[in-house]
Amino acid sequence: MSADQTPTAPALKEWPLWEVFVRSKQGLEHKHCGSLHASDAQHALQMARDVYTRRQEGVSIWVVPSATIAASDPGDKGEFFEPAADKIYRHPTFYVIPDEVGHM
Amino acid sequence: MNTPDAQRSTPNAPLDYLLHLADNALILGQRNAEWCGHGPILEEDLALANNSLDLIGQARLLYQHAARLKGDGATEDSLAYFRDVPDFRNFTLLELPHSPPLAATASGDRDYATTIVRNFLYSALMVLLWERLQDSADPQLAAIAAKSLKEVRYHLRHSRDWLVRFGDGTDESHARAQAALDHLMPYTQEFWTESAAEISAADTAAGVRASEIRADWNTLVDSALTEATLKRPSSQGYVSQGKHGVHSEHLGFVLAEMQSLARAHPQATW
Repeated sequence: MSADQTPTAPALKEWPLWEVFVRSKQGLEHKHCGSLHASDAQHALQMARDVYTRRQEGVSIWVVPSATIAASDPGDKGEFFEPAADKIYRHPTFYVIPDEVGHM
Repeated sequence: MNTPDAQRSTPNAPLDYLLHLADNALILGQRNAEWCGHGPILEEDLALANNSLDLIGQARLLYQHAARLKGDGATEDSLAYFRDVPDFRNFTLLELPHSPPLAATASGDRDYATTIVRNFLYSALMVLLWERLQDSADPQLAAIAAKSLKEVRYHLRHSRDWLVRFGDGTDESHARAQAALDHLMPYTQEFWTESAAEISAADTAAGVRASEIRADWNTLVDSALTEATLKRPSSQGYVSQGKHGVHSEHLGFVLAEMQSLARAHPQATW
């Protein structure tokens, strides 16, 4: 049976993909740690808890639908990123730091 | 009881009560571990393995406490691996296979709805029980309760979530969840028939009377079933007797698999 003969849209056979971000106890920000399939946000949170925080990795979890992430195209690497390669003056490495400042 | 520990001023829970709690956790932990490597999806495979490890951890703490009370060289391992079917005090509900009703030697496909319904019915009970056991007169048991409560709250959340998804899902998932509920609900009658160990534990304030938590359990179950659009079956008929040591034909098979390694290599360490 072809899809256009079906009166209503067929149930989703594949769960959508979610990206998982976990903040560790000491961490200030959530870090991307992987992805998983889940039917909705609550479901994704619960699964992220079981998959990504079993070894005390975190104290907070974010999940984001992967489809909502706009990503740069790997094919654009040349024009996006490579022009920065020879602009070493953009790194603040030409300052002399007094010894008293210590580690910065 | 004439063991030295029992004569101390600190009131300990009766040995049979601790074994009942420990056997419950161990047998359901062993059953849920059967899903390891066979879960319907990777995430659930991990979730069930987590659940099993929580339960086996609870069983270990309870067996360690029981072994100290029992004395006579008992250890957590001797209690878990060197007792036989009639010595086990777990609810019959927890030893049943993950499938619709089966004769002992039959095998069927594992049914995730059965797993979820059982975990839900048991976790709902244990959330209420561990909550109250935090105030047990037995300080060791109170400490175990505080730790276990956090774990079992998540088990309840996990199983309730799936129960609602199954019940309120497709025709197929609804039918399977209802069938699992119809199959398992009668076994929950055993929760409410008190054993001598439970009565004596409650009398010394070490334990909790089942009648105290029954109404709350019904509320938890009914609210989830309503949300899941499932019908609560009548739970009447034969009352299983697992906590008195009278088990279904399935427990022997669970123990055979679980105990074979320890019995083939007694005293082995790793």
